[in-house]
Amino acid sequence: MKQQSFERRHAQEWQAFTVTLEALEANRAEPESSAAFPAAYRRLCQQLALAQARGYSSHLVDRLQTLAMRGHQQFYRHRGHPAADFLGFLLAGLPQLVRREWRSVLLASLLFYGSLLGMGGLVLAFPDLVHSVLPAEQIGEMERLYDPEARRLGRFAERGSLDDWAMFGFYVMNNIGIAFQTFASGLLLGAGTIFYLLFNGLTIGAVAGHLTAIGYHEPFWSFVIGHGAFELTAITLAGAAGLKLGAGLLRPGQLPRLESLRLAAAIAVRLVGGATLLLLVAAFVEAFWSSMTYTSASVKYAVGGLLWLLVALYFGQAGRRRHAPE
Amino acid sequence: MPRSPLALLDNCHRVETPEGIDLVLKPAGLVPRALAFAIDLVLRAAILLVLGSLLAMLGQFGAGFGAILLFVVQWWYMVLFEVLNQGRTPGKQWLGLRVVHDDGTPVGWGASLVRNLLRFVDLLPFGYLFGALSCLAHPSFKRLGDIAAGTLVVHRERPAAPPALPEVAPEAAPVRLTLDEQRALIAFSERHAGLSAARREELAGILAAPLGTPPALAERRLHAIARGLLGQA
Repeated sequence: MKQQSFERRHAQEWQAFTVTLEALEANRAEPESSAAFPAAYRRLCQQLALAQARGYSSHLVDRLQTLAMRGHQQFYRHRGHPAADFLGFLLAGLPQLVRREWRSVLLASLLFYGSLLGMGGLVLAFPDLVHSVLPAEQIGEMERLYDPEARRLGRFAERGSLDDWAMFGFYVMNNIGIAFQTFASGLLLGAGTIFYLLFNGLTIGAVAGHLTAIGYHEPFWSFVIGHGAFELTAITLAGAAGLKLGAGLLRPGQLPRLESLRLAAAIAVRLVGGATLLLLVAAFVEAFWSSMTYTSASVKYAVGGLLWLLVALYFGQAGRRRHAPE
Repeated sequence: MPRSPLALLDNCHRVETPEGIDLVLKPAGLVPRALAFAIDLVLRAAILLVLGSLLAMLGQFGAGFGAILLFVVQWWYMVLFEVLNQGRTPGKQWLGLRVVHDDGTPVGWGASLVRNLLRFVDLLPFGYLFGALSCLAHPSFKRLGDIAAGTLVVHRERPAAPPALPEVAPEAAPVRLTLDEQRALIAFSERHAGLSAARREELAGILAAPLGTPPALAERRLHAIARGLLGQA
């Protein structure tokens, strides 16, 4: 068949296909025309293959290729169920993922908690050490914030309930930004992630050790114990994601190195999603609960302990049994 | 994998689909991508400026909201646009670019999040140096985030106007032509408007002897054969 008659025979079909495509691309397709779309797309693919095999002009082949390309984009569009996916991830996906990736999580936890506890212990034993870890202004600020005389606690003392909102926003931006950086810098063969984990561990450890040493332990520990359950866990999850990325590059196993990186990144980004959720909870708890001074320290400790237990139970047990087909 | 000599010349990225056809993706290079990024940057600055000054009037509540806004614009602007607007941020849309998976399917949440979070590393050590180097070195112009996410930034396909063939009476080819020869003849005819007269004459002159026509008439003859091949009356 000559090209000209081929074009004439199918012109109407291609025109109709273009109209359907435009509707789909603008998200206003009618259900009836969409039902016919897959068959029309397959026919177009067949016509493209014919046109190529018969050596029709590059203009016609290009035109069909463009149509096929646009059809492919619409045919393979991702149409998930965001709410159901999110719920599934929250109830089962995330804890299952963390248990499956326990090696990275354990390594990140050892790096982070190890440096935190080690530094805290050292500062308790040698109080002057804090000056070689933290700048003087930061120490002064921490001492002012956790002064037992202060009425409200937190990074800004003396604030009203509207200020809680300001702090919520600040925690969200600051902490999740740090978590993202911890993850992303794992691409530098894991070195960036290790740096961020150690840096955060050493800083937090030094502050905790110093405030405990100078006798501000009650306001400090009662403030941090609640949201710490979520925040510190989130840091280790973001760290685990970064380490996973680095390991994907360094230990590809039998895969090509870049393919291994791609697969590791797909898993790691889910861990980062989990860290983000935990940090949102942490920011909420920190802004609206931890800063309260109406409650006594012992209530804070009890609630804080409960929250830690909750997090441990969640990651240890959630999603172990299948309730419904997934 | 190159399938024809042409595939070696251009840097098209070919993807075989389940339907048994090859999609030809045209990866976008450093310059259009940098321009798209610059447009997005300006747009984000404008959003922050306008909403930021509005929120500043709201006092402390506004400050908290502003911080969340800053966070969303800084980390989620690209992801939200890419996933919800078929792979196009406003800057990419302006320049006719689109983000797709390596297999040509539209980009999803996971891949978009990876490529945009890893932007942080592409920015290192300063001014997108890692990203630019990776983009220049990779055959499909991928920055580090694209490599890890398995994504590709491609040019949007633009429908071209049908080329006008010279008005000559069609005739049959004097000898049997192979598929590639037919294609070459038709391509010559379709592209004649873009070639200078001297160049057309030079190219057609190569075939003057086999066609048995004087070089001056060879071009006309080739157009006639091309029309004949296309079946144009």
